[in-house]
Amino acid sequence: MEYVAHDASAFAPPAEVGEMELYHPKTWVGKYIWSQDAKIIAIQYAITAIGIGLVALVLSWFMRLQLGFPNSFHFINPSNYLQFVTQHGMIMVIYLLTALFLGGFGNYLIPLMVGARDMVFPYVNMVSYWVYLSAVLLLIASFFVTGGPTGAGWTLYPPQAILQGTPGATWGIILMLVSLALFIIGFTMGGLNYVVTVLQARTRGMTMMRLPLTVWGIFTATVLALLAFPALFVSAIMMLLDLTLGTSFFMPALVSMGQQSEHTGGNPLLFQHLFWFFGHPEVYIVALPAFGIVSDLLSVHARKNIFGYRMMVWAIVAIGGLSFLVWAHHMYVSGMNPYFGFFFATTTLIIAIPTALKVYNWVLTLWHGNIRLTVPMLFAIGFIFAFIHGGLTGLFLGNVTVSVPLSDTMFVVAHFHMVMAVAPIMVVFGAIYHWYPKITGRMLNDTLGKFHFWVTFLGTYAIYLPMHYLGFLGVPRRYYAVGGTDFIPASAQSLNAGITIAALITGAVQVVFLYNLVWSYYKGKPSGGNPWNATTLEWQTPDTPPQHGNFGPTLPSVYRWAYDYSVPGADQDFIPQNVPAREVARTGHKT
Amino acid sequence: MNIFHELTVKPWATDQGKVDDLHAGRTSSRAAKKLALRVFLAVVAVLFTLLVTAYGGRMAYEDWRPAPQVSLLWANTLMLILSSVALQWAQYSVRRGRMDAMRAGLLAGGAFAVVFLFGQLLAWRQLGTMVYFEVTNPAIAFFYLITGLHGVHLLGGLVAWGRTVSKVWGDFDVAKIRQSVELCTVYWHFLLLVWLVLFGLLFTGNNLDVLLKLCGIR
Repeated sequence: MEYVAHDASAFAPPAEVGEMELYHPKTWVGKYIWSQDAKIIAIQYAITAIGIGLVALVLSWFMRLQLGFPNSFHFINPSNYLQFVTQHGMIMVIYLLTALFLGGFGNYLIPLMVGARDMVFPYVNMVSYWVYLSAVLLLIASFFVTGGPTGAGWTLYPPQAILQGTPGATWGIILMLVSLALFIIGFTMGGLNYVVTVLQARTRGMTMMRLPLTVWGIFTATVLALLAFPALFVSAIMMLLDLTLGTSFFMPALVSMGQQSEHTGGNPLLFQHLFWFFGHPEVYIVALPAFGIVSDLLSVHARKNIFGYRMMVWAIVAIGGLSFLVWAHHMYVSGMNPYFGFFFATTTLIIAIPTALKVYNWVLTLWHGNIRLTVPMLFAIGFIFAFIHGGLTGLFLGNVTVSVPLSDTMFVVAHFHMVMAVAPIMVVFGAIYHWYPKITGRMLNDTLGKFHFWVTFLGTYAIYLPMHYLGFLGVPRRYYAVGGTDFIPASAQSLNAGITIAALITGAVQVVFLYNLVWSYYKGKPSGGNPWNATTLEWQTPDTPPQHGNFGPTLPSVYRWAYDYSVPGADQDFIPQNVPAREVARTGHKT
Repeated sequence: MNIFHELTVKPWATDQGKVDDLHAGRTSSRAAKKLALRVFLAVVAVLFTLLVTAYGGRMAYEDWRPAPQVSLLWANTLMLILSSVALQWAQYSVRRGRMDAMRAGLLAGGAFAVVFLFGQLLAWRQLGTMVYFEVTNPAIAFFYLITGLHGVHLLGGLVAWGRTVSKVWGDFDVAKIRQSVELCTVYWHFLLLVWLVLFGLLFTGNNLDVLLKLCGIR
């Protein structure tokens, strides 16, 4: 065995950055409850997000039960149907996906992947979680107040969101808005941490372009969130004032339930602009971390460097920038100027370029790869399928002329579920199967994992593929009951029943996943430090799970990018980022 | 920040590797807290930009009724300027090791800020008692919302200011205090700038033309 020598790293002085004073708690409560360790905070975020996500899953069942088998269940009436729709959407988008990707994966992976001991502001990081938890608790509280939670739709459009007659218009909407404002305050604290840690706390040798794409995805999504959430914050505060103090930011003069309202001259369209100025970047706040993570999953499990790393980074940044220029494509039917529509359709379609580029690069990463069909890999491939389908229907909805007739139909529901529900959740599952061994030291059960994948993958297709067809037929979304129409054939009801059965099965199989998480924690096969033979720093920690401070007495130095898989001449098919060239085992090579 | 340059390098190339190996791991030479403050200020800037845009958008409608002028705001503006100047003086002093002057500057800065906040409350009351006051008038509602949010940000600043002030007596770590004073000063200047934009653009008359010109519409 020979070694390559004389690389620049031999002369590198020891790391100057990354060492920080860590807070070492002495009690169990200090360590696991009021924890300032990003890894524990990550798990707190993840458990809370998944817990509230399960509530949203059950709500979607209730919705589907009504749609599939109308009027068969006494506990579902038109009012609480709308509440189910609203809370399902809001929870899934904000309290589950945003919190899980940024608060969960961001907290766990950023410090480990950049080679830092922790986030730069651990105390603020802790507060961030507790504010998030308060936001979740307020949201849950809204289920128990008079009138129940708001049923205004997740977009909370005024005037209807705060008019009497909309479910939850007394306390539900107030709790919703306060909860959102709290969520944003909590997120801003976390987000500052993620951004500054990525920029300032990387270890020696870790340039921005040596960062794994996971970090790029989470970093860019955090920047988007920091810049987009203020729009939601402002609109939540303004609506709260309209509701409680009688201002007229959004509320026009109108007659509601036979009575002239006290509002005058508010502008409901202003809310739509503000909401979607947040709402569209929100799609990418969820998608970009998924893009990053899936790139790493594909590369590790295909034993190949990611195809076009630089392009992947540029595409993430470009998508992030463009995502602020497309918001009004959610408002084609709001009566806006057609030239506006033309502009926003154009910017929307331009986003297809970097996005398609990423899809090609994922597929090309698989091409001639040494593909291992592990559970994370299956979910990563499942993501590509779901994302391509969701992306293609996005081309329909991005064009004004095609979008207008499809507006408010089930086609829209199918589209956004494929692209920002199924696709990211595939990545969430893939990522959990991938990093669970690092977090717990044990592998998740493979058979259960594969069962979970196939039922989830095929199940989501069984749900959403027929839903596109319902949309073409003109079946509207958000309706408790369609009633008798000429244009919707009776067979649409059979399709709806089928979708409901698929949704029940797909939802129920998630129990297998939860069981696997718990069972493997105690009985799973010990994983060792680097079961997937991956290159990134989190797999090179001296302890698994990593201890407080992550890397033992000395921080690692980085000598290569994150994608040295199957390097020609090297004995192993991966070279970790912290291995200098002189230590790479090469048989029969001399320099 | 050389982040845009970094985006063009080829991290997989051997030559680039030799350069990258020596990278110290930071993107900016600023201390983490200073960078974090700047990122936070960017978030706050977005918040107020959205409010100004919303205000301007609402102004453009025909039924716009401007809010009545509250002349007390001029005095309040002067207080905020003095507050910023005092903090600048504190920063100037701490950098030259003149701790008494630093303390005086800090205390004066905080005092002027508190006077500004009381002045704003007084302005709220004045507007609330005017005959033109109508809560449903968007101009008036925007006035309360925007000044309120600005005040809340200043209150948050006063918390940081209070923590700094509590540490500048007796023995203290000069480098840490210097950083705290610098951070407070940057934040104060930023909030002053935001206030000047808000005051000049929104609360000194019907400046719709200026706003539209700024947006490139007129």
